[in-house]
Amino acid sequence: MSARAIWKGNLKLGTTKVPVKLYSAIEDKTVRFHILDSGRKQVKQHMVEPETGEDVSEPEIRKGYEVEPGRFVILEEADLESLKPKASRDIEVSSFVPLEAIEQQYYERPYYLGPDGDEKNYFALAEALGNQEREGIAHWTMRNKVYTGALGAQDGYLVLSTLRHAEEVVSAAQLPKPAGTPPSKKEIELAKHLVSMLEGEFNPAEYKNEYRERVMEFIAKKAKGHAPRLSAVKTKRQTTSLDSALAKSIESLKKGKRAA
Amino acid sequence: MRPFWSGTITFGLVSVPVNLYPATRTNRAPLRMIGPEGEPLSRRYYSEKTGKDLEADDMIRGYEIDKGKFVTVTDEELERLAPDKTRDINLTLFVKEDSIPPVYFERGYFLSPAGNSEKAYKLLAEAMKERGDVGIATFVMRGKEYPIAIFSDNSILRAETMRFPDEIRSVKQVGLPEKPKTNSMTVRKFETLIKRKTKRSFKPDKDEETAQLLKLVKKKEANKSNVVQIKESDVSDGKVVDLMEVLKRTLAGKAK
Repeated sequence: MSARAIWKGNLKLGTTKVPVKLYSAIEDKTVRFHILDSGRKQVKQHMVEPETGEDVSEPEIRKGYEVEPGRFVILEEADLESLKPKASRDIEVSSFVPLEAIEQQYYERPYYLGPDGDEKNYFALAEALGNQEREGIAHWTMRNKVYTGALGAQDGYLVLSTLRHAEEVVSAAQLPKPAGTPPSKKEIELAKHLVSMLEGEFNPAEYKNEYRERVMEFIAKKAKGHAPRLSAVKTKRQTTSLDSALAKSIESLKKGKRAA
Repeated sequence: MRPFWSGTITFGLVSVPVNLYPATRTNRAPLRMIGPEGEPLSRRYYSEKTGKDLEADDMIRGYEIDKGKFVTVTDEELERLAPDKTRDINLTLFVKEDSIPPVYFERGYFLSPAGNSEKAYKLLAEAMKERGDVGIATFVMRGKEYPIAIFSDNSILRAETMRFPDEIRSVKQVGLPEKPKTNSMTVRKFETLIKRKTKRSFKPDKDEETAQLLKLVKKKEANKSNVVQIKESDVSDGKVVDLMEVLKRTLAGKAK
């Protein structure tokens, strides 16, 4: 079964236009709950006057921005309308950066791009981005919102990720280094050794959402009328010195390797 | 500001108690709902049957197993269902920094040393930096489990929550066409274009949309008829948290 495109646009690179369709690359699997009243019916929401608790109906509600505590500037429908960006189908790719140039913190939501009538240019662009190990910086307007994104290649297909704004990200370079005593050279050597023994490949398939599975299993059992008893969780803490913890870790990892 | 999560990072037998704070903040200017008299309104839940507003204690959480049929679940049950191991961030794997595709990254956080863990904290940051490694684990935060990647960034441990692989669609699931053989002339044409337009660094964009909104607000504020002021006694004293200040204080070991 294939997914439905959520938007159509044109990648614009200089004078070349590549028509594409946008598909969400992610599927939220969060277990969603509803809020119920004591009669197990879904609750409703309404807006009320905080003092009297009186209901205020939709047409009477306006929107306001709090400029300082308790002081609101009212924005009318026409004001909000005037702020809407101009609609366009263009995804303007203005520049390119090396893969490691965008910090992880900026990536927000990935979309797959699929070809929309011009496979030749689509797949050639994906291959070129992959070969060059670059990402394009893209700007577009979708559903009344302006986006900045990173256009990258993944296994020969184009992926467009929305990026956060400058104001939304705190970078580590803006922060002070943590206080406290630094570790010794010897300790750093030991820790590097320990880290190197735990090095491996990133293999996402190894990660299963165990919690989600347990919640769903519990719900299924409860639905049949026999909820299992759950016991409280224990936490453990270990209190060895840093040096001996490092040395012992390396020792036990070495033993593990020999046994394998 | 309280940390989003507190726990212990372990690697081998070394443990580093830490607090976790967000590294991202929303920039959107929130609009409030205002009533006919110019008063800010509150959102309330009510029962359709009785028509009465509900307090937090009157409400329960339910999972819809069939249309209109719910299984109720309590906070305590959800807490007890959390896998034991996820109360710690147990780094059993370190991978090279550039080996994680960006589609996995969800949101950034900073970790600050807690208790007397500064030395162990710095040790982990230094060892990962020198190896060029990122630590990987899974953990549970606020009722949700995440894979997490821990980066050494300017002597600070930065975490990125990630998506589980079953939350990322494959090209096949989306239904994209099979890759055809590419035309090498066209590929070269794009490569030339990419090279010509490459910049060395990325400069994030400012949020122009929010800036426009604030500009309009300012303009409207000049005309008194667009402004409402509520009574002093009704002003909530909810202070706006300066995330940057919180992070600076906690890293300097002064967040108490």
